[in-house]
Amino acid sequence: MKKQDISRSIEKVDSREKISGAAAFTSDIKLDGMHYAKSVRSPIPRGRIKQVNLPSLPKGYVVVDHRDIPGENVVKMIHDDWPVFPKTEVAYIGEPILLVVGPDKEKVAELADAVEIEFEELEPTFGFTNSAIDLHYDKGDPDRAFETAARTVSYEYETGYQDQAYIEPQGFVGYLDEGTYTLVGSIQCPYYVKNAVLATMAADEDDVRVIQAPVGGAFGGKEEFPSLTATQLAVALRKVQKPIKFIYEREEDMIATTKRHPSKVRMEAALDENNNIQGLRAHVGLDGGAYLGLSGVVLSRGMLAATNAYTIDNVWVDGDVYVTNTVPNGAFRGFGAPQMIFAIEMFIHHVAKEVGEDTYTFRTRHQVSQGDLTSTGGVYRDPIILDEMSKKAEEISDYHRKRKEYEDPDTFKGIGMSWFLHGCGFTGSGEQEKIKARVKLKKDADGTVRILVAAVDMGQGPKTTFRKLVADVLDLPLEQVLFPYPDTRYVPDSGPTVASRTMMVVGGLLARAAKDLKESWREGEVQEAMQRYKQPDYIEWDQDRMKGDAYPAYSWGVNVVEVEVSKVTYEVDIKHVWSVYDLGKAIDERIVLGQADGGQAQGVVGLGYLEVMEHEGGALKQKNLTDYIIPTAVDMPKTENHIMDNPYPLGPYGAKGVGELTLVGGPPAVALAIEQAIGRRVRKAPVTPEYIMELIHNG
Amino acid sequence: MADITFTLNGERITLREEPNLRFLDVLREKLNHTGAKEGCGEGECGACAILLDGHIVNSCLLPLASVDGRDVVTIEGYRMTERYQMLEKAFIEEGAVQCGICTPGMMIAAESMLRENPDPTDEEIRHGLAGNLCRCTGYNMIIAAIRRAAKEGEGLW
Repeated sequence: MKKQDISRSIEKVDSREKISGAAAFTSDIKLDGMHYAKSVRSPIPRGRIKQVNLPSLPKGYVVVDHRDIPGENVVKMIHDDWPVFPKTEVAYIGEPILLVVGPDKEKVAELADAVEIEFEELEPTFGFTNSAIDLHYDKGDPDRAFETAARTVSYEYETGYQDQAYIEPQGFVGYLDEGTYTLVGSIQCPYYVKNAVLATMAADEDDVRVIQAPVGGAFGGKEEFPSLTATQLAVALRKVQKPIKFIYEREEDMIATTKRHPSKVRMEAALDENNNIQGLRAHVGLDGGAYLGLSGVVLSRGMLAATNAYTIDNVWVDGDVYVTNTVPNGAFRGFGAPQMIFAIEMFIHHVAKEVGEDTYTFRTRHQVSQGDLTSTGGVYRDPIILDEMSKKAEEISDYHRKRKEYEDPDTFKGIGMSWFLHGCGFTGSGEQEKIKARVKLKKDADGTVRILVAAVDMGQGPKTTFRKLVADVLDLPLEQVLFPYPDTRYVPDSGPTVASRTMMVVGGLLARAAKDLKESWREGEVQEAMQRYKQPDYIEWDQDRMKGDAYPAYSWGVNVVEVEVSKVTYEVDIKHVWSVYDLGKAIDERIVLGQADGGQAQGVVGLGYLEVMEHEGGALKQKNLTDYIIPTAVDMPKTENHIMDNPYPLGPYGAKGVGELTLVGGPPAVALAIEQAIGRRVRKAPVTPEYIMELIHNG
Repeated sequence: MADITFTLNGERITLREEPNLRFLDVLREKLNHTGAKEGCGEGECGACAILLDGHIVNSCLLPLASVDGRDVVTIEGYRMTERYQMLEKAFIEEGAVQCGICTPGMMIAAESMLRENPDPTDEEIRHGLAGNLCRCTGYNMIIAAIRRAAKEGEGLW
């Protein structure tokens, strides 16, 4: 029997329990004797804690703070600057200082409100001044490219905060199981949580167990932040010795959890006498917020995308993370790339306009081809089908005709196109040296195969696609392959669910383990198959100099967006989005199409136009879903998405990364459409009606 | 404390409780009906939607007292119906479910909408869903699912 194409969609395995409301999310879990925890937060952006005045606590109610920590008072990530509970100083409004824990939820909230903390206020820092991380790389001879330039053009670009706005707020339920800290929660990275808790509790490997509950959306927001709530909860469990539910309310989630970094990107191009870009200089600035967290890695991914889908021979890129007394910023789908891709896509257009060239021809001339060197001097080894993709996108959107028609400024209509890449998996040798992913398949005597990995289904579908993949390799029915929710007691560390690595890297290892198992299959026996990540031999990466192959593979995309801007209110009607993606091979077409629509909702509509978040003196002005506006069904345009097959030899069935790709190119596509509609150069996203008015009035 | 009597998923019940309790908490904490989810607690996201006398209501804004003498249907009751089966099938076939936290609320919104307008246009579906936030799907697949359910389930609503 001929096998069906792996891309052919199947029913998502968890759809029914989610539609019916039967799936037990973290906040749906109830345990006997369950207590509740609530944070008391800093009301000021920076200050010393002088004194904590507690209300009188009824029996059974306790306060948990830094004095209760048995191990390190550090949320273990990359840097050691983020405390579990601050001891002497607070660094942002909303920073959790202590927990009130007790058996009655209302009473806990009441007591938390009654805690009074006296501070000595200190001068807070805001803006792009206080650099804590600076990175640099270069390629070719950028100095010479600028010295010999016929002309140079430079521009600056900005993007704002973006909140992940998952509909399920952050949360854990924790309990002690014969002395083992057991944490069930809404998380992307079970082992990040486990390792953080181990350090804070000074516990032994077996004393901490982390289990993923169904995750109600994450988008990066549940990558590093849960390590903070989990460590706080573990400290509370040790003190209280009762099961505790610790769920953030929406406003707490908005003011205190990591967001997308606001950015400022300065770009400068050196052009030769034929208007070819012979050199590019860029500076990427990210507002890191109060603690560094993952900001350095976000900066690095942003900087690496500096040349996007263009080949430029001489490149100089600097970047800084600035520490400020604002909410810490961190992972959000795209991880620095959306900020950079917005800047470079807008810049390429602005350079073309500056030198009086047709933007489309100008871009095409600089477009990357297979065999070219990447921004860091690595090689684009695999076939690049960007020509075919943009042709397809132009055809389905009628791009060229509309582009011409909307040149008439009276139409107030515009069409914009972005093309972009996204590096798949961890940067450089991260997979090999830091993550060291391991996966396991376990076969029972009855032939049932269990997938044991730490990869999390947060809606993007690995519960379905991993089973599909393994069942396909093993020639088994889907029902015979199971994928239980990851539990660190049973699953090896296959790495975090981030960086568009789940299918390509973890799925790739699973496909190989499945192949091994198939070849050694013995009826009626219990068997295991393990695989460990091995970096492709050809990858060479120098982390200190940021040189070489930053990623083993790249996914590619084209977005076209059509808009009409109101002449009266400057509101933007995003009429349609057309997209073409090369993600190697879709393991399930419908799931990938769902990623596409969802990524565009966050990228084109959200970051590009609609979602505004700002702070004033460190206080976020948008604190809930009433004033932080995310797209509704009315805001979302129609979409048409095409997936091109371009299998990557080392991906399972050729699959590369998907999740982030669908977001990263959105903002410039809509901004370029608005730029055409209003006849002004757009340098900021989101392109709000207020900003449009400013551009129109200031000329 | 007050006696509050209402019909929950076809069954008449009386509770002696504080009348100002949030109905969402009553459902989730006291009645073990966790299909309605709390996303924002301020009536913005629709994850806690239920049907009150057949119309969609956010239960996080609803005091217990307001359900006295009325008919409440939650996803736990709605999932026993033929209409639910039709919508479920369509949601699955159109890929309308990602993380699933908003999905029970979306089902309630779809029921409420189709009850009033069994043959909605895409525009009408968009407006009908405007009170329910989804951060994963970009809505188009949900809209397609409701369109499909309305078509294939002709006569059900």
